[in-house]
Amino acid sequence: MNAGAGRLAMGKQGQTTFSASSGEASEKRGLSLFPPVRVATEPWQNPVRAHHLLVLVFLIAFPIFATPFLTYQIGAQSLAFGLIALSLTFLGGYGGMISLAQMTVAGIAGYMLAIFGMSGEAALSLGWSWWIAVPIAILIAVIAGTGIGWLSVRTEGIYTIMITLAIGVAFYSLCLQNYSVFNGFQGFQRVYAPTVLGINFREQTPFYYLVLACAFGGYFLVKYILRAPFGVALQGIRDNPRRMNALGFHVIAHRVAAYAVAAFIAAVGGVLLVWYNGLITPNSVGTSWVINILIIAVLGGMRHPIGPFIGAVVFVLLQTFAIDLFDRERFNLVIGSVFLAIVLFSPDGLLGLWAAWKRKFLKPRGGIK
Amino acid sequence: MRFRQWAWTLVLAVPLAAFAAWAIWDNAKLFFITLLNGLTLASLYFIVASGFTLVFGLMRNVNLAHGSLYLLGGYVGFFVAEKSGFFTLALLAGFVAAALIGLLMQVAVFRFMQGEDLRQTMVTIGLSIVIADLLLWGIGAQVHQMSAPDWLAGPLRGIPLITAYSKYRMALLPLGIIIGVLLWLFLNRTRIGMMIRAGVDDRGMLAATGVNVNLVFATTFAIGAGLAGFGGVIGAVELSMVPGEDVRLLLASLIVVIVGGMGSVVGAAVGAIILGVAETYGLAYAPTYSVVFTFVILVLVMAFRPRGILGQAA
Repeated sequence: MNAGAGRLAMGKQGQTTFSASSGEASEKRGLSLFPPVRVATEPWQNPVRAHHLLVLVFLIAFPIFATPFLTYQIGAQSLAFGLIALSLTFLGGYGGMISLAQMTVAGIAGYMLAIFGMSGEAALSLGWSWWIAVPIAILIAVIAGTGIGWLSVRTEGIYTIMITLAIGVAFYSLCLQNYSVFNGFQGFQRVYAPTVLGINFREQTPFYYLVLACAFGGYFLVKYILRAPFGVALQGIRDNPRRMNALGFHVIAHRVAAYAVAAFIAAVGGVLLVWYNGLITPNSVGTSWVINILIIAVLGGMRHPIGPFIGAVVFVLLQTFAIDLFDRERFNLVIGSVFLAIVLFSPDGLLGLWAAWKRKFLKPRGGIK
Repeated sequence: MRFRQWAWTLVLAVPLAAFAAWAIWDNAKLFFITLLNGLTLASLYFIVASGFTLVFGLMRNVNLAHGSLYLLGGYVGFFVAEKSGFFTLALLAGFVAAALIGLLMQVAVFRFMQGEDLRQTMVTIGLSIVIADLLLWGIGAQVHQMSAPDWLAGPLRGIPLITAYSKYRMALLPLGIIIGVLLWLFLNRTRIGMMIRAGVDDRGMLAATGVNVNLVFATTFAIGAGLAGFGGVIGAVELSMVPGEDVRLLLASLIVVIVGGMGSVVGAAVGAIILGVAETYGLAYAPTYSVVFTFVILVLVMAFRPRGILGQAA
């Protein structure tokens, strides 16, 4: 394979610099049983800035000033999609593995929730309470996602895309064909969020806060992992697997573990998405949604865990308001063209555009190492 | 090593042979018709996937718009056949239309991002969405079914065991073989084929010897895309043309090249036969789980030969 094949073409600048330096640092100290890991950014080097608080306040206060429609359709939906896309960003941006099966993992969680929990199909659903059904659904999805990872880490780069896409489409066909477990074309209707401690999560505002909490959880989980030894090693593997292997890291194990983490995030997103839609059908895991998750992640930018959420907001806004701007039927054309434009002109997504704009118009801030 | 190979062959061959024996004893006609269906489907898969694997082998470009080119070729063939009435003209038109679009993609986009495999793949994803939606916009969602030309219409009678079989589908078998042989001759006996093979092995050295690599790339991309369009016209008769078929054929191409080995035309043939036969037997004997067989094959191959049955370690 040629040198660039296994590499992630996008988001290479910026990230490689620090990982390479941390790699050199551990090299200088020589080999040891547990190679020292230099943490990239300590929490105190990354202080809470005004815009962080602003975003936090905005997100928490959003249902107060927004209409229920905006809260639910835009807010909750983009956060749920953002969460699924976040799992792809984690895998792709930091692990160097673009997996198109993340929506499939989310869909497995959704299907399992409908099968073990309650749905309109009483004959097929087991009807267990949410507090059993949700953990089981997530567990099965994580096992499936890890299995998908185990299969696809045997290959690298673009091969991963092909295999995960094949798996995703195969799962879609299975859901469509199979009536005894997946209920075929109809899927499962009326899969609703439960009422917990008197709070009915089917209502728009409580559901928004539920999704928001999960999104925060996912975001900070990824942030934390990226600073933890595992995350730093993962980024090292992304940049140079051979060197990491020589340093004593188990490359395959790290990659499969990354798939497991990503599967967990995607599974939570999948459960939320089913509750949001109130149903799951083969279409929810169809090719277009498998690809849409990639579009969301790339649109936002894979350089930072906030990227997928930005991408999801843009995507959902486009999807919702497309009807006012142009023919509703032509949404795919628009999103495809936007995606093409981003890939062609700003591979780092909207975050990359923003960074370029800052470089051009703002003076570099002092004090940043 | 020798023993292990034998052991694995036995593990795979014994259940398959047992199934075949049972199926022949149970219903020989069904078994052989399914076999023929599988092989003719494999022929279509091979034609489409060989283009995919050709492009991939040379340029490391996973052209995920390959399915869209298939659909495009099929539609073009359909309308040409409707206007002119000549099936061969439709085949030619499907090939040329898809080849032109492929050429355009290579010249206008991929030339500027050589070596950035992942970005190229993303671009093909974007293109596939756009092309699929443009086709849906322009042509609509209704099913377009092309009829076979007169000299291939109707059944072929008098075959032992299965009595009759569609002439058109039967003709696909030699067609697939002819295309495979032509492709092999093109790659192994012509100058440009030699350049393509050299490019597969080492692009840098090929350029260094003074070959116009861009021309080789453009030719390969045009032929690869053209094969998708050619397959589209065949599929317009054998299957049907409807939005969604692009994804189906893309998936088939992906699995064929993953199973057979990426970048190898012979591998594409092997993969196409395995997939085509497995898919039709699955549909005939276990309809609601047929995709599971495909998936099991994929998993087995990935687990034991990650680069495909005929794939070489790159």
